[in-house]
Formats: sequence, C-alpha cells, structure tokens
Amino acid sequence: MACIDELTGLLDTLCPMHVVLDGTGHIIHAGPTARKLHGDRPLEGQRFLELFELCRPRAVSSMPQLMAVAGVKLHLKTRGEPQTGLKGVLCPLPAIDGAVVNLSFGISIIDAVRDYALTSADFAATDLTVEMLYLVEAKSAAMEASRKLNQRLQGAMIAAEEQAFTDTLTGLKNRRALEHILPRLLQERQPFGLMQIDLDFFKAVNDTMGHAAGDHVLQCVARVLVDSSRDDDCVARVGGDEFVLVFRGITKPEILERIAERIISEVEAPMPFGDATCKISASVGISIYNGEAAHEVSIEQLMADADTALYASKHKGRATSTIFSADLRSKGEQTG
Amino acid sequence: MHGLINRAIQVFVQDSYGHPRWAEVIRQAEVETVEFEAMLHYDDDVTDRLIASASNVIGAPQETVLEDIGTYLVSHPNVEALRRLLRFGGVTFVEFLHSLDDLPDRARLAVEDLRLPELDLREHAPNRFSLNCRHDRPGFGHVMVGVLRALADDYGALVFLEHRGGGPGQEVIDITLIETAFASGRSFDLGARVG
Repeated sequence: MACIDELTGLLDTLCPMHVVLDGTGHIIHAGPTARKLHGDRPLEGQRFLELFELCRPRAVSSMPQLMAVAGVKLHLKTRGEPQTGLKGVLCPLPAIDGAVVNLSFGISIIDAVRDYALTSADFAATDLTVEMLYLVEAKSAAMEASRKLNQRLQGAMIAAEEQAFTDTLTGLKNRRALEHILPRLLQERQPFGLMQIDLDFFKAVNDTMGHAAGDHVLQCVARVLVDSSRDDDCVARVGGDEFVLVFRGITKPEILERIAERIISEVEAPMPFGDATCKISASVGISIYNGEAAHEVSIEQLMADADTALYASKHKGRATSTIFSADLRSKGEQTG
Repeated sequence: MHGLINRAIQVFVQDSYGHPRWAEVIRQAEVETVEFEAMLHYDDDVTDRLIASASNVIGAPQETVLEDIGTYLVSHPNVEALRRLLRFGGVTFVEFLHSLDDLPDRARLAVEDLRLPELDLREHAPNRFSLNCRHDRPGFGHVMVGVLRALADDYGALVFLEHRGGGPGQEVIDITLIETAFASGRSFDLGARVG
C-alpha cells in the first residue's frame, strides 16, 4: 500500500484531476482538482459510474466494461448539476486490481472555471489550461476592439455613400444614385413610372435675380417634389434645373399625369425671395416601365423616352406634361 | 507606432483629466486624429508629439506622465481587461515578475502586430531584482515602473522601484521586494471574464 501512496502523491502533482478506482469500480482516492467536481462531499467510497456518465464509448455500465476501454479517449459527463462535459482516459493498475482515470475539462473549461471556482493552483504546472484561458480572454478583447473598429468604419462608409449619392444643394438624390437605383428595379422587374422634369424660366431667375435666388428656387422645387412623392420613391436632381422622379409601382398614365399636374401647379406658385418674387414653371415627360424583361427595354431607352415626352411638352408651350408614346418618337425624329 | 499605444495615451488623459484636456493635447500636438483606433497603426512621431504635448498640458515631466500611464493601465476600471490579462502571468507577484520575460510574446499572442519592449528579469537576491527593457524608443521603462507599481498593489505586495536610466535602447528598473503579503490585494478570479 505504501507504493500506492507514493503513486497517488505523484499523481496529485502531475495530474490533479485523477481518480483511483478499486476492483469494484469504487473511488479509493481522488486528486485535489477532481475533488472539486463533487462539491465538498468526499469522492472516496462512491462508485465512479454513479458519479460520471460515460457518453462515449456507449453502453459501459460495469467495472469490467470500463476496464475493457482502457487507453481509449473517454467522453464523460458529471451526473449531478452542473452537467459538465469531461474528457478522460483509463489506465489499469494491476497492483490493486483497479485503475486510474485521469480527467480533464476539454472545451467545457470556460464554464467550468466559473462553476467550480477553479484557480491556477488547480492545474498542473505543465498544464496549458491557464494559458488557454489567457488566450481566450486576450483574443476576445482583441476581437471586440476589431468589431468596434469595423462598426465605426461601416458607419463612416454609409455616411460617405450617402454623401456620394446626395445633391448637396437640395438634399435630393443625384444622378449617381439614380444610376444605382434604376438598374436594380429593372433587374427585379419592378414596374415604375419615370418622370423627367425641366424647370421653365429658371434661367431668367438666375440671370436677373442672381444665383442665390436660383438656389432658393431649386430648394423650393425640391421640397415640392419630395412632398409630391412617397418615401420609397426616388427624387433626384440630375442637372442644373433638371429633375428625375421614380414612382415605384405606379404605371397608370392618368395617375402619373395627375401627379405631374399637381407638381406643375405647386411649382408655379410665386416663391418669395427677399423683397422679390420668383416665378417659374415646369415641363414634364413621363415614361412607364411595366416590368418587361431586361432584353426588351433598357434604362437608356426609358430615359430617352421620358426625354422625348419632355420635349413634346416644351413644344406644346411648356407648363404641361406628356406621357411617352411611340408616335412621339417618330414625330421627334421628323422635327428633330 | 501601434494604435494601442496612442489609444492608451488618449484614454489615460480622457479618464484622468477629462475630454477638454485631451482636446488641448491634440491641438498642441498638431495631430489631426482626435480618436485613435486601437487596431490601426500611426506614424511614430505622432506618439512622441502626444507625450510631449500631454506633459505640457498636464504640467508634469514626461517621465511622470509615462509612469502614470502605466499605473492607469493596471488600475483604472475602464481598462480592467488589461489588468486581468497581466494577472494571468502568475499567482504571486514574484511569479508575475518571472513571467515578464514572456510578456512581449504574450502580447503578440493577443495582438499579432504589437511590439512591446524586450524584458529581461535578473534576480540578484530573493528580494532584489532588476528589469532590463530593450526598445528602440526610450520611455517604455517609465511606463513599466507604473505598471509594476500598480500590479504590486494589485497582488498586495510592497515594493520599491527605481528607474536607473540606462544606455541607448535600454532602460533598467531596480525592484526591491519588501513584503510579498503586505496587503490583501485585489482578487483574481479565473472565471470572471470582463464583458
């Protein structure tokens, strides 16, 4: 027995999470860390398989069966709460006709240090567990710093994108935004009404009253356009006094014409600027995308059609709207 | 210089002296960055200008500012994660001292591109040590004095520390251990991870 005492003394230092079993599978000695697994109650005298459930290999319920899996990696679980997963290996100990089972926490160590209030002293000096805990904590801190950086960069990117897609004078979208939105609608075959608006007499305001008055007019028009559209429609300023509106899902000519009329009448309302009053109007051309396949229609075609319709409105004496139709194109070609 | 270093200077000034003082440090240092990112790199001279300017704004010699940064890094609740990582070095203060040789490697395990000074602990007697800090930029030794002072408190040990200057690229700190269990210190619970 003196020899066994020597052995357990050795094992307590080298692998403090071991248990020594007798021939009947009862624990006759437990290392200091293994003892923590059972709270304060002594492990000695308990049957090993009543405290620990063998998950793999399966169907091991007796000491002879346990001895038969000597040397094999064991997957175990504590039967009491908390059900901690353990790794283990059994070595026969012929001197006492029993065995030594060495245990480790494996990946459940992260919870186990908390559940069992483990300290550095609970691990063998050569055990890498504390280094692993250090690494987990260090990497989590580094990852957290990286995650925060990514979040800030993403915020900055969204702001930069928004700025790149925004007309700074009016706060409306710009041509770049339009070039981003329209192909997507076409790709998803989502119908829309496309409205091209050109201000009439704007140049006169700019020339006679100055650029400040011109800018004021553009801002007023922008407000009218935003008020005349829904949130998910797109309102863009694509040139000096040119605007494009995209109405999602609106393809009925009479509805688009009604919207255009409302816009024209709102824009025609006198806009006070200092002591003076600016008066402008607008001409509108409309084309409609009914969800045709991509090879039947293109963005360029839809824009050109709206443009053709816009020039028809100008020809009709301005301050009016026109829906594109194929005969306009041939007329345009004749006059053009 | 690694962003973590500049970030350390920033949070030290902000947490100890307030945000307006930090704004003043930035202004005097003539750097354009207000908020340093821990995971990016910056020009080396930015760090030099920050330390010079912080010393000016706080009204203390650079050595004192550097030492205070070291103390701050271990003792301020806002950087508790770092104190925990350092405490992984050993169960007692002496064990921690002996783990200092590994500190640059440990830091690299966490942040691959962070270059800390090479540290070399020499034991002259059971209670007398000296620590050599080798780095191409002087000043780290003063930060280490602050770190060691705060960690000694953390472990509950009583130590005398003296920065002995040193040759080019090298600084020496004398460490005299008066009492290992002078006070109870702060606890270190392996399982209490900082969220």
